[in-house]
Amino acid sequence: MPSPETRAEQPLISLRDIHLSFGSNRVLRGIDLDVQRGQAVSIIGPSGSGKSTILRCITGLLQPQRGNIRVGETEVHKLKSEAQRIELRKRVGFVFQQYNLFPHLSVLENLVIAPRKVLGRNSAQAEQEARALLAKVRMEHKADAYPGQLSGGQQQRVAIARALAMRPELILFDEVTSALDPETVGEVLTVIRELTEEGMTCVLVTHEMRFAEDISDVVYFTENGLIVEHGSAEQIFQRPVSERTQAFLRHALGDAGRRPAAAGDPYLLSNISRYGLSV
Amino acid sequence: MAIDSSASLPLSWPRRHPGKLVLLAALALLLIFGAPKSPVFAALYEWSPALAVGFGQNILISLLAIAIGSLLGLLIGALAVSPLWITRLPARIWVQVFRNAPWLVLIYFTTYVFPFELHIGKSWIAFPDWVKVTIGLALPASANVAEIFRGAIGSIPSTQWEASRSLAFTRGQIFRSIILPQCFKRMLPPWMNLYAVITMGTALASLVGVHDLIDTAQIASNTVNLTGFTVLIYFSVLALFFAYCYPISRITQFLERRYAFS
Ligand SMILES: Nc1ncnc2c1ncn2[C@@H]1O[C@H](COP(=O)(O)OP(=O)(O)OP(=O)(O)O)[C@@H](O)[C@H]1O
Ligand SMILES: [Mg+2]
Repeated sequence: MPSPETRAEQPLISLRDIHLSFGSNRVLRGIDLDVQRGQAVSIIGPSGSGKSTILRCITGLLQPQRGNIRVGETEVHKLKSEAQRIELRKRVGFVFQQYNLFPHLSVLENLVIAPRKVLGRNSAQAEQEARALLAKVRMEHKADAYPGQLSGGQQQRVAIARALAMRPELILFDEVTSALDPETVGEVLTVIRELTEEGMTCVLVTHEMRFAEDISDVVYFTENGLIVEHGSAEQIFQRPVSERTQAFLRHALGDAGRRPAAAGDPYLLSNISRYGLSV
Repeated sequence: MAIDSSASLPLSWPRRHPGKLVLLAALALLLIFGAPKSPVFAALYEWSPALAVGFGQNILISLLAIAIGSLLGLLIGALAVSPLWITRLPARIWVQVFRNAPWLVLIYFTTYVFPFELHIGKSWIAFPDWVKVTIGLALPASANVAEIFRGAIGSIPSTQWEASRSLAFTRGQIFRSIILPQCFKRMLPPWMNLYAVITMGTALASLVGVHDLIDTAQIASNTVNLTGFTVLIYFSVLALFFAYCYPISRITQFLERRYAFS
């Protein structure tokens, strides 16, 4: 058991030589990454470079074929059962690009369901806490609304509050503003900025370069499953060493156009006719 | 009886279908005022209580069949999506067998294979033909419900699973709290559609001697023995089934449209 002092020096998250392939597609090819407690770390890089995959590995949603992952005291790569990974996920929040709120539950229910069912908190306490979190993300007036009635930015703020309701040690954000209208991006980024200022450990995959530069302690640039370069936000954005990073940043920063929002409502029940019936 | 039902049918959509409403009202008036003068209509009037009882038998069979079929189907559907092949395989076989077997064959099968009495403890319990028909219909119903269930589960976006897993839910909790509640809403339209089809399938009961609507119509037709009456009574049978199933199918369409937008 390390003493509190050594724990403080040791990073909260540490990935060493992570390799992961989907079939013959080698998505991660030796990732090393460290996140200190209380830091905001951004991962930037072109589409398909494996950024989401890294986040999924950290929380045990995916298991790399090789390498070591440690989160706090947990050796993630050594976890054998789903039950052990569930223990890990209680401590790690995850916010998705597409919000993924539960459409059949109200905003408040979205926040209390996991604390109640997973952590066994009592309803009244969970609800009180949920309302406080909704106030924090400025969504308290929508506690009884359903996700389908909210704008993308509002849903994403609820999703952040839902992750916070588990009182996680750290939160992973996977391109949480990529599906949003430009007008609502700001409201979500404000919430994230406040979290980082409060000292929440955050790992962000983002295409918002200005935002990443502004809030990150450390920035990682990935390409083709490798970390090309990492360093302080200032260093990566002002004095990138690698030519690849320079080219990427020139493209990303010069190009003001935002990526198009992902189209389509995933809950659309468009295919009822699939339930064919034979007599 | 037949006249009343068919006349009351479009009342739920009076505004959308004024033409049809007027037409049916005219038909109803014609039948009501024309009936006493014609022997054919008089006979229909005389037989209508028997027809009503017969149709009651059809409805009873359909309700029981869908109830048994739904309970069984949900169980089999749950097994069919289990991660264990040992439970998945028999469930898949059940679904394939009973979804692809002709319903009449299943009804003959349950009628002639099952005994007419059951020996439970010391007592003999009668196992009437209509119960066997109910089981014969519940089998394909269960297979279809299982498939509807499986389809509904599959139609929930995988991101819902991922989001739930990231919140540290166990597989069982995800099923119970996240997936199932979303499934039931999606299952309602196809399930009601299935019920309407089962109800129509109850017409097969007459072939194994159950005294249902068709059987009663047959007896009436033979007894009265007038060509005009035979035509009229089968027309009434048709109207009765239509009057029962059409609203179901309309509600189903309505739900489908509503869920498509929400
Ligand atoms: N479940 C999966 N099965 C198979 N291949 C996958 C799966 N998830 C991701 N991949 C592949 O892994 C590669 C990296 O995916 P990943 O989602 O990590 O990229 P990313 O850097 O997050 O990209 P983006 O910016 O587009 O989100 C892609 O080529 C993708 O096709
Ligand atoms: Mg991604």
